[in-house]
Amino acid sequence: MYDQVTSNKRRSWVLVAGFVVLVAAVATAFSYLIGGGPVGIVIAVVIAAGTSFFAYWKSDAVALRMSRARPAPVEEFARYHNIVEGLCIASGLPKPRLYVVDDPAPNAFATGRNPRNAAIAVTTGLLEKMNRIELEGVLAHELSHVKNYDILVSTLAVTMVGIVALLADIGIRMLWWGMGRNRYGDYDRQNGGNQGPLAILSFVGFALLVLSPVIATVMQRTISRRRETLADVSGVEMTRYPPGLISALEKLRDDSTVVHATSRATAHLWIEQPSAQTQGEGRLSRLNHLFDTHPPLEERIALLREL
Amino acid sequence: MLWLWIVVALVVLLGLALVLLYNRLVRLRNRVENAWAQVDVQLRRRYDLIPNLVETVKGYASHERETLDAVIEARNAGMNASGPHDQAEAENQITGALKSLFALSEAYPDLKANQNFAQLQEELTGTEGRIAYARQFYNDTVYRYNTKIQSFPSNVLANAFRFSEREYFEADDESRGPTQVRF
Repeated sequence: MYDQVTSNKRRSWVLVAGFVVLVAAVATAFSYLIGGGPVGIVIAVVIAAGTSFFAYWKSDAVALRMSRARPAPVEEFARYHNIVEGLCIASGLPKPRLYVVDDPAPNAFATGRNPRNAAIAVTTGLLEKMNRIELEGVLAHELSHVKNYDILVSTLAVTMVGIVALLADIGIRMLWWGMGRNRYGDYDRQNGGNQGPLAILSFVGFALLVLSPVIATVMQRTISRRRETLADVSGVEMTRYPPGLISALEKLRDDSTVVHATSRATAHLWIEQPSAQTQGEGRLSRLNHLFDTHPPLEERIALLREL
Repeated sequence: MLWLWIVVALVVLLGLALVLLYNRLVRLRNRVENAWAQVDVQLRRRYDLIPNLVETVKGYASHERETLDAVIEARNAGMNASGPHDQAEAENQITGALKSLFALSEAYPDLKANQNFAQLQEELTGTEGRIAYARQFYNDTVYRYNTKIQSFPSNVLANAFRFSEREYFEADDESRGPTQVRF
């Protein structure tokens, strides 16, 4: 179990490093193809970083508002509060603010930039359908997101998607409007006709610009899946009782109701993908699953059983 | 002259490292103390909840003297316990007595429907969880502390300043068996 936690953390940082490499590659392609130089890159970085930082800082308020969560008073939700307090004692974390979403679909999410400014929300459906031990497993998973600073990690990932997308967008537009520097006219004069390798490089650069937003999104979703697995394993480390979370995940798997007040933007925060899942076979379905924010429930259950 | 400066720099760095290491050991040890005190806080919380529970039950099931007395007895034993062994035994007794009491409430639908009783039951269940987690956290802090003072190079410092190992909280032999529920 401890090894799982370490390996998951390591793998997610490897992914983030890979992401940085991708961003650097796109930036290089951008400056090479466009001759836009550092200005374009700086603009992209500033815009992406600025919006992401703001989103990160206000992440709890935004997520709660979008899901129409209301604060959960202690008198009405004693069990909810008691369980979270117990888990906070086990992990040494301060107690986050607790919210409730009025929705019959069982689901939960955690948000907030650090453990001191964190919030957890559960749906009324979850409180009704889960027993105490299962609820404890789910809340331990959510608290682990807070503990592992997952909001920070996912904001980093989303920022990099933003940088890549902006650079690619600006780059392609500039190419389209003929502002690139490898116009054939110039090279003919300068290189005396030897354009082979240059052309290939230009093509690669262009392909990178076009494909990079997709690649970046896939990487971001992969990071998200890795952090979800980490939260599963961390949560179990908190409760020292895998069957609790396993039972909860099994109930989630068998329940097909879908949360209403949600969007793709906040999909990665919930414990289970809130949009309807398509069951499918074949290559197309596998490609589709690259864009999942959560690993499939069966996989998560199988992993926990092995602990 | 350069080699002299290098030696001085190295000595300063070494000193700094030692200070940081020492402070780390102090921090870990204090965390252990803190965690142990936390367990007591949760135990006290349980003691405080019990009289209220007993009063509520008396209102509906006053002739169940035996069970009620068992709970009160166990609570008093817990509060007056002299050492960790006695206290653990008393804790076990309390858990058993409470289980009997809650099982009893099945026979008294009025009691079961009572809001106060339901609340107290929830609070006590929550407190049992808190006690367990507080002990788990204590063991985790002891693990980190013991590991640090046993590993090189901190063990050298630990021996020099007499940082000693802490004991884990372990379940008593009696409490490893199933708790008795008497009707």
